[in-house]
Amino acid sequence: MRIVAKRPHSLTEEKFHYCPGCTHGIIHRLLAECIDELELREETIGICPVGCAVLAYKYFNCDMIEAAHGRAPAVATGVKRLLPENMVFTYQGDGDLASIGMGEIVHASARGENITVIFVNNTIYGMTGGQMAPTTLIGQKTSTSPYGRSVEQAGYPVKMAELLAQNEGSAYIARTAVNNPANIMRTKRSIKKAINTQQNKKGFSLVEILSTCPTNWGMSPLEALKRLENEMIPYYPLGEYKVKGD
Amino acid sequence: MKGNEALAEGAIKAGCLAYFGYPITPSSEIAEYMARKYPKIGGTFVQAESELAAINMVYGAASTGARVMTASSGPGISLKQEGISFIAEAELPCLIVNVSRGGPGLGGIQPAQSDYFQATRGGGHGDYHILVLAPASVQEMMDYAILAFDLADRYRIPVMIMAEGTLGQMMEPIIERESVINDYDRSWATTGCKGRDPNIINTLHLLPEELENRNIILHDKYNLIKAKEKRAELFMVDDADLVLVAFGLMSRICKKAVMDVREKGKKVGLIRPITLWPFPDEDIRKVSDTAKLFLSVEINMGQMIEDIKLAVNGQVPVEFYGRIGLTPNPEEITQEILKIAEREGF
Repeated sequence: MRIVAKRPHSLTEEKFHYCPGCTHGIIHRLLAECIDELELREETIGICPVGCAVLAYKYFNCDMIEAAHGRAPAVATGVKRLLPENMVFTYQGDGDLASIGMGEIVHASARGENITVIFVNNTIYGMTGGQMAPTTLIGQKTSTSPYGRSVEQAGYPVKMAELLAQNEGSAYIARTAVNNPANIMRTKRSIKKAINTQQNKKGFSLVEILSTCPTNWGMSPLEALKRLENEMIPYYPLGEYKVKGD
Repeated sequence: MKGNEALAEGAIKAGCLAYFGYPITPSSEIAEYMARKYPKIGGTFVQAESELAAINMVYGAASTGARVMTASSGPGISLKQEGISFIAEAELPCLIVNVSRGGPGLGGIQPAQSDYFQATRGGGHGDYHILVLAPASVQEMMDYAILAFDLADRYRIPVMIMAEGTLGQMMEPIIERESVINDYDRSWATTGCKGRDPNIINTLHLLPEELENRNIILHDKYNLIKAKEKRAELFMVDDADLVLVAFGLMSRICKKAVMDVREKGKKVGLIRPITLWPFPDEDIRKVSDTAKLFLSVEINMGQMIEDIKLAVNGQVPVEFYGRIGLTPNPEEITQEILKIAEREGF
């Protein structure tokens, strides 16, 4: 019998706690597949965030550290500087990375810290119950922007991939989405490229992955995928924003 | 050698080859020393973008099982409290140095002891303690750095050295010490799971029973530290009517005053807590059997006096003398002692 699909070895047997239709599960799997295929599981140290992925240390079958809110890039810096030959990744959401952790992510990138960041952007705070995020789109209703995000009150959504691509220390910056199989495969390729960037010691790498939150968006999983395509991608264009050559 | 540099050199002797910090007066010489030294000896120096980042870099680096440190001063130590709480819960060994200045707010850059409460009560959120050492000389800046790393490893706890800005800045001759580096278990470290199950460093406990159990485990460890690591220096207390209690540089100033007043025939002694947490309460309680009055001398508005009162437990009165921003000199302390002696008829 030929095995055509199985659980990646880099994921544990633990059941995900994520909501129905949430795309964290897909992204976890893509990252785990990349770690498996590059045979890096035993060299990998992952740092998880505060947010929906706070329990990711239970899901990834490698050494894991749980960081304070927004501080994962600083924790990863400490690990990587002491263990430069190991693969070090952070897994962060938009509140964690683009709001409370803005300082840590910008400076990790500016230093060219040789780490890989998986940045899950679903335009909302999930775990705390659907509050406005720095990436919340104009007009988007959340529990702290109940009439829709207004420019007058909250300014504009932050475009992290574009912002971080400006830094000389950034070696690989891409934005992908997980709304359909083609984009999921592109996301996997980008994650692998980001890890390769780290292996080749080129500097900071980050993949921003547009993701859904059906629960806090108040949508069915299918409606959520449509929203990602119709509303998020036009504001957050997909593509590679920085690819440092040899 | 300058105090801050002696401390940095002590850390290197203890095998600390990683420093993460943010500049702040009067601690910056420690960072500058490491920035000069580490490139030559294979150490890791990172000037972090913030105090928050610095302490979280320490969290990450300590997770690998390496000996690591950071240093700062009052306002910076406040910013680090989030990370210190995480490090304490995750039971990671490291050294945190507070070359202290006066607060609150931005305060000033003059030496002070006004971070006593912060240091001895944990400082951040949650039920935890860190071990706090208070050196009183440039020699001890070096010696306690070596001691701090051993205690940190032995109990898997963040250790703080709290030294007044004066100690960091002043110069004294020192004897170079060799450090014996004990071998402690590092099997908990996150270094990649080759040949073993994955290690997880985590401070989240969503189940109430699990969280309570974690706190009980930490509490048991703190009790063990309290039983084994309380340190104090007792000076001329056996026949003393009046016993001064002072730590750090203030204890040296008080020692001079005690010797001066002894020449005048007054029976005065001094207790110098070396560990601020755990506080050497048993030494103080024993002395309270014979002493008639305690005087807490601090460079703040009266913080350690609360611990002295708890130790004395109402047996004898405890009074306070302190200044802030200005360090009391021996003459001032002498005058205060003589005033009390005259009033009390000692």
